[in-house]
Amino acid sequence: MSHPSLRIEHGRVIDPVAGLDAVQSLLIRDGKIAATGAEADAAHADAVLDAAGGLIAPGFIDLYCNLREPGNGQKGSIASETRAAVRGGYTTVCAAPDTSPVNDSSAITHLIRDVAERDAPIRVLPLGAATKNLAGELLSDMVGLSHAGCVAFSNGPAPLVNARVLRRCMAYAKTFGMTLMLHPQNRSLAADGFAHDGLVTARLGLLGIPEVAETASVMELILLAEETGVRLHLSQLSCARSVEMVGDARARGVAVTADVAMHHLVLTEEALAGFDSRFHVEPPLRSEGDRKGLIEGVRAGVIDAIVSQHQPHDPAAKNAPLGDTEPGLSSIESVLSLGLGLVERDELDLVSLVRALTAGPAGVLGLTPTGFSAGQVADLCWIDTHAIWTPGAQSLFSVGKHAPILGEPLKGLVNRVWCAGEQVYTRQD
Amino acid sequence: MMTTDASARALQLNAEGQLRHFLTIDGLDRPLLTQILDTADSFIEVGERRIKKVPLLRGRTVVNLFFESSTRTRSTFELAAKRLSADVLNLDISTSATSKGESLSDTLLNLEAMASDMFVVRHSRSGAPHFIAQSVTPGVAIINAGDGRHAHPTQAMLDMLTIRQKKQRFEGLKVAIVGDVLHSRVARSQIRALNTLGADEVRVVGPSTLLPREVESLGCKVCYDMRSGLKDIDVIIMLRLQRERMEGALLPSEREFYKVYGLNTDKLAYAKPEAIVMHPGPINRGVEIESAVADGPQSVILNQVTNGIAIRMAVMSMAMSGQRAQQGLETGVNA
Repeated sequence: MSHPSLRIEHGRVIDPVAGLDAVQSLLIRDGKIAATGAEADAAHADAVLDAAGGLIAPGFIDLYCNLREPGNGQKGSIASETRAAVRGGYTTVCAAPDTSPVNDSSAITHLIRDVAERDAPIRVLPLGAATKNLAGELLSDMVGLSHAGCVAFSNGPAPLVNARVLRRCMAYAKTFGMTLMLHPQNRSLAADGFAHDGLVTARLGLLGIPEVAETASVMELILLAEETGVRLHLSQLSCARSVEMVGDARARGVAVTADVAMHHLVLTEEALAGFDSRFHVEPPLRSEGDRKGLIEGVRAGVIDAIVSQHQPHDPAAKNAPLGDTEPGLSSIESVLSLGLGLVERDELDLVSLVRALTAGPAGVLGLTPTGFSAGQVADLCWIDTHAIWTPGAQSLFSVGKHAPILGEPLKGLVNRVWCAGEQVYTRQD
Repeated sequence: MMTTDASARALQLNAEGQLRHFLTIDGLDRPLLTQILDTADSFIEVGERRIKKVPLLRGRTVVNLFFESSTRTRSTFELAAKRLSADVLNLDISTSATSKGESLSDTLLNLEAMASDMFVVRHSRSGAPHFIAQSVTPGVAIINAGDGRHAHPTQAMLDMLTIRQKKQRFEGLKVAIVGDVLHSRVARSQIRALNTLGADEVRVVGPSTLLPREVESLGCKVCYDMRSGLKDIDVIIMLRLQRERMEGALLPSEREFYKVYGLNTDKLAYAKPEAIVMHPGPINRGVEIESAVADGPQSVILNQVTNGIAIRMAVMSMAMSGQRAQQGLETGVNA
């Protein structure tokens, strides 16, 4: 099908892969990037869009997003959560495997893809369960899942506690060139904790998860990955020390990548000071030193990707004393704004932010990075970096209303999104 | 986001800075804590009358909501409410509604529908009374009777009242808190109250396994042995040790704990000669403290129990008054 060509003019165009950061035009023709700069200006376009003052970035890619379907309709659906995602500037989201039933069979993978094909405005890439039912005991049918469309394998929020199973899981994944995305946590050290073991837990008497519950696991995973040669991706790091270990491992040639959730870059343990269940997340929000270490990791490229770790919940899941609530934030709509806040406070530069939302995650998945070189599929978003919005129960598209900064004005809204050349979102105020 | 103090202050005080919930010592300033002690002092005399009642909460309904059992604390709250002439309902929630699968929010809605004025809450989860205070209808006061490892503010205040009675001051005092600080809601509240009231130094004494990480941030010094922990000390507060600490591999045995940290006559001699000995009870004799010390001349453990009623009367009457004042401010009617 042919599309009318479109020239987007006067926007600040950022493509971290091409090293592009300039105010210039962009031409989209037949669903692909046809030209940039003077060439785009000179070419005929069926339509012209003035993006003056705005930012044009590749479509964001989320490596870990809970869409809740199948099985948890009260918390969200592929339709509702991808609608929230596209509003946040995403054109691709990886669907977490901890659905109900777990995505450990080809039938579930096909179901997710079929529903996404029908209901989602953007690409949904399923993550397969690394072990059957995420129980950490038996390997899942990784080859079959891969053929069905799973792009990588994760054990969801449950760490693989049995090191022998873990080593075999890595060796098997290595055989077929698959990527394992694992959340590092030593279960016995984390025990029944749900907050960072530090200043706030000391004061509020909350059950703590020490840093070493993560760092001991990071070291174990890196050593096993080094031995097996698997492509290891460490999901949702929360400690500065973990970033150092990933950097060291990478320097000696281990194939390890890593991501961090946006809320770990902007919030600390202090967020729990009022026992606010919105900030009950897993891994927990940690110290200011950890937050700064994670940001430095993003800046230096040791952290490849920023994820939403979007976990929509129904109100009942969060309406209880803190320790009885379910972990997770409804975050995908506010990732961009929180990131722009970091840029505004000079904690992170805009190009690093865009890289961690686009080319970084593409690299982890082994995909061609989305960008603006001629011939690339047109996956992009137009962002009004100055627009103010206030996340609230009425304004969020997600079924989950427990956003990280609820009721506080945030800067930055997505005006339009194109996915595979199609305009899939237009901001409605 | 708010700091612990700011959020605690915002939740507990009305627009005029009066107490309307009592959830934690955090965020409360010295004049307010002193006011609680002074009010409690005035109630001690009520307990000595033939008819031990004042009409301050007449016609009000106080519900003791105990999600975790505690005979002593519940009894003193019940007595305190009755001495204030309130109608008292005791609910042992651990064996009723929530065990049938009802959520805490639903339980609260039902209790509010019974037109309650005050909930006294004991819960195993830190922050549960905060959650309840944020959930209930305005006008209902919440008093924390102990939540998880977080706070037990009335216990801390009765300890402060006892210290003030015996020492007449807080300035210049050195206080040691000995034992399982990690799991102790009382210790957290005591440390905060002592620092706010002007104590010179607070020490925590115990093995590393029973002290929270970053415990110094609470405003105390750490000592791992009793000799340095009790040196020049005016007040010794022994904490209760629970048997499951051994099963959780936090301690090798009760015998070893007693040997190192149990308070006996020999170790008491490290402290000042006029030092007082406190314990929130119930006491494990021969584990935390030997009988000769628990029953000895320096022990003020029974004074603590007596003071518990006066402190709870003070807090309940002040919170109810603060709620009424807030309602008056909101409606423009002088309540």
